Amino acid sequence: MSGQKKRDQLILHTALTAGRIMIENGSEIERVEDTMTRIAHNAGAETSQLFVMITGILMAINGEVGAQIQPVKRRTFDLEKIAVVNQLSREFAAHDITLRQFADKLDHLDSETKYFPMWAQLLAAAMVSGPLEVVFRHNLHDFWISCFVGMIGWLVFYLLNKFIQIRFLSEFAGAATIGILAVFAVHLGLGISVDDIIIGGVMPLVPGVPITNSVRDVLAGNLVSGPARAVEALVSAAAIGFGIAMVLQFL
Amino acid sequence: MTLLEFFIEVAGTYVSTLAFGVLINIPRRALNFGGWIGVLGFLLYRFTVLSGGGYVVGNLLGAFAIGVASLQAARIKKMPMILFNIPALVPLVPGGQAYQMIKNFALGQNATAFVFMMQVVMISGSIAFGFLLSELVNRVQQRAWRHRR
Repeated sequence: MSGQKKRDQLILHTALTAGRIMIENGSEIERVEDTMTRIAHNAGAETSQLFVMITGILMAINGEVGAQIQPVKRRTFDLEKIAVVNQLSREFAAHDITLRQFADKLDHLDSETKYFPMWAQLLAAAMVSGPLEVVFRHNLHDFWISCFVGMIGWLVFYLLNKFIQIRFLSEFAGAATIGILAVFAVHLGLGISVDDIIIGGVMPLVPGVPITNSVRDVLAGNLVSGPARAVEALVSAAAIGFGIAMVLQFL
Repeated sequence: MTLLEFFIEVAGTYVSTLAFGVLINIPRRALNFGGWIGVLGFLLYRFTVLSGGGYVVGNLLGAFAIGVASLQAARIKKMPMILFNIPALVPLVPGGQAYQMIKNFALGQNATAFVFMMQVVMISGSIAFGFLLSELVNRVQQRAWRHRR
């Protein structure tokens, strides 16, 4: 009997960890529910009951142990982890890995962060800002300065986000930096249009993940998590807007 | 619009979609597909606008194409769909209008700001609705797939 209890405990632990990792890193709710149900089913639990929200998960299986809660505290955007959990779940379904291996790999995945290196992220921020400035505004002259301003804005956002961990404040500071740099660049004759440089520069900060997820969550019928994501996206957009507005007001 | 300008736009869309994917840490295998889906969505939007279809219909078609193409990519690559449609959405974001709205509010020109705000709301709404329509296609397709097995 105790072996069965341990097994149930492990199933719950694995499913809850998988679910938490996915929500933390920006997955939509429906996918989390789907993955967790599959894990429980493939591990041999006959039925499973789930309550997944953006701030926490509640799960029960019919077995020896009661329902368990897993709170979701932090929220970042790291879609690679979602892909890895998805991959592991597929492998588990195909019996390539055991439940124990699955749980170990999830714990390992949870503790490591495998972002692109800093220089690649800076380059990427530049390559979002410059090209989009040209695409939106057809202003080829300001391409390079948009790249530069967007890169510095992302750097400020990234560093602040690492230390103070409040996304909205970091976005505000990043946007304000972009505004100030754009105004100075035009002042020094490095660029023509403040507007175009700012439009390009803030593009890396666009909350693309919450926007997309909120639409998908609402569609799937998750009427609590969907609007919550929409609020997240709106607050992000407002923070960026305030940062820009403040600069425009003062200069 | 000359051919060169058109080429620059397509290249810019591809590069920026790819780069946004790097920022939200999308697996390397999925980056290229995401970039092309972004180009596809943007092209539909651009051609609709150029042929006089208006930006609302353009964004709707673009978002719809992105949604449908993402599911195909997800199926081919066996990866979650959001890896493809989140970066692809970025070139459609109404950044210019949102900026003009903020600027005009900050400068106290509320009448102009409201005009831009309407545009932002319309564009965001049409993108959301485009996704909704693509979801319809996707669910029908999923149902068909399940039946075939």
